[in-house]
Amino acid sequence: MSLLDVAAIKADFPIFAKKMRNEARLVYLDSGATSQKPEQVLAAERSFYSEHNAAVHRGSHLLAEEASLAYEGAREIVARFINGQVDEVVFTKSATESINLIAYSFSNTNKGSFALTAGDEILVSEMEHHANLIPWQQLARRTGATLKWFGTTSDGRLDLSAIDDLISERTKIVAITHQSNVLGTINPIAEIAHRAHLVGAIVVLDACQSVPHFAVDVADLGVDFIAFSGHKMLGPTGIGVLWGRAALLAEMEPFLYGGSMIESVTMESATWAPAPRKFEAGVPNMAQAVGLGAAITYLEKIGMREIHEHESTLTAYALAGLSTIKGLQIIGPLDAIDRGGVISFAIDEIHPHDVGQVLDQYGIAVRTGHHCAWPLMRKFGVSGTTRASFYLYNDLSDIDALVDGITATQKYFKV
Amino acid sequence: MELDSLYQEVILDHYKHPLHKGLSSQMSVQVHHVNPSCGDEITLNLLLDGGVVQDVTWDGVGCSISQASSSIMSDLVHGKRVEEALTILESFSELMASKGSQQGDEAVLEDAVALAGVSKFPARVKCALLGWMAFKDAVLQAESK
Ligand SMILES: Cc1ncc(COP(=O)(O)O)c(C=O)c1O
Repeated sequence: MSLLDVAAIKADFPIFAKKMRNEARLVYLDSGATSQKPEQVLAAERSFYSEHNAAVHRGSHLLAEEASLAYEGAREIVARFINGQVDEVVFTKSATESINLIAYSFSNTNKGSFALTAGDEILVSEMEHHANLIPWQQLARRTGATLKWFGTTSDGRLDLSAIDDLISERTKIVAITHQSNVLGTINPIAEIAHRAHLVGAIVVLDACQSVPHFAVDVADLGVDFIAFSGHKMLGPTGIGVLWGRAALLAEMEPFLYGGSMIESVTMESATWAPAPRKFEAGVPNMAQAVGLGAAITYLEKIGMREIHEHESTLTAYALAGLSTIKGLQIIGPLDAIDRGGVISFAIDEIHPHDVGQVLDQYGIAVRTGHHCAWPLMRKFGVSGTTRASFYLYNDLSDIDALVDGITATQKYFKV
Repeated sequence: MELDSLYQEVILDHYKHPLHKGLSSQMSVQVHHVNPSCGDEITLNLLLDGGVVQDVTWDGVGCSISQASSSIMSDLVHGKRVEEALTILESFSELMASKGSQQGDEAVLEDAVALAGVSKFPARVKCALLGWMAFKDAVLQAESK
């Protein structure tokens, strides 16, 4: 039940000084979409541009050297944070790009671990974000492979009852989310990865909603790739990570071709630099990578364990508070076990868009709609939900504000 | 409260008691439109005869703004000549693009002027236009048949 010193944390985030509509304070409950940024991250980006800016890995001058050190330093910070090897960390622009990168690598070759043909199967789940669904749908379309998926149970857990049929010798890829961005459910990844590896499948983890919120250790998760975005973990937009096992990255075909990713080039052909460089064509998002490094340093200073405990306390408190509201249904697990700080709900007779609009009058920022998980909405028979998501800068008073705001919304719409 | 300019009483009435909701079996064309940013959907049946909108019925899910706007639209164009219906639509689109600077001509738009406040909320303009754009599409399709 430990809580962080939220007042001190908030003081690091300039945006909390902003006055919202009707002079209300900002109650930011939309970190699942993107997180706010502390001064330390803004300062790191600014200092990169004002003191070290140059194209990394090019040029022989002092600035190029400093820029390269800063960029590679960020890679080391990321690697340490997830307990991977430095050369296993590929910088991309986002988790979306990371997942597309793997999917395209599968159709850029027809040999080895990344060969995929008709009759092969790709396994996802019904609770995937579109970013971890559509790249695989399209890969299946390009190669003739078949897309299969785990369902979800009515209480918002992954339905593993058909796992024996779903994971077979035909399964080549299992791509699954660590934590649902809609339901908050944390999935049993180690078990799924173990089963997938027994049949030789490659396991891709969408870690967008897990890496920012609790300690993720790639050495003991047992997966082959993880993808996440910097902007959901206090970092800048435009920087994402793909971590992959060294042996697989060595075998994997590049996805984007161009400068910086080559070993040697003639007019007819080219060969590739070793990973991670072969996946980072062009001048990368350098200041953003440095900003992500600063974000991780900030998170580590507070402690991922502490952050997770803090969010668990908030989640349990919110689940209890929301369940006192008549006409409100939580969509997702009702208990705080194996569940992160993301709570979706529906309110009788009020559309999510209208809920969000009224909450906005009180300075409360929530997400409304399908959350890029349209198939999951269909499964639960709703067109969308209202979603509150928590992070280290939220406290119990934010949740009280949410509960009061919802009650006020019901009163406004006379339901 | 600023909110009251968005949720006028007329809008909430149409939301709770929408007009022409429920699809009729007689139609010239059926169209289906979605708002990809929020997942709202509308199916609209249009019966066009002799250049006159004989019937517009619709069904769908959406927020109060999209539901009320579809209700108001369907009632407004009912029985109108196509050109007149399209003129009303033009005038409504212009009101929605006005960023709060226009009140709307009540003689043309009738109940739809209650939606004027929506134009101050950029994220909601699409909600208000969902039904109208479905109607426009249905007219184009019916006429090219
Ligand atoms: C679970 C999950 N996967 C993938 C993504 C895509 O992340 P990005 O848009 O940063 O690429 C998100 C972001 O909303 C997410 O929540």
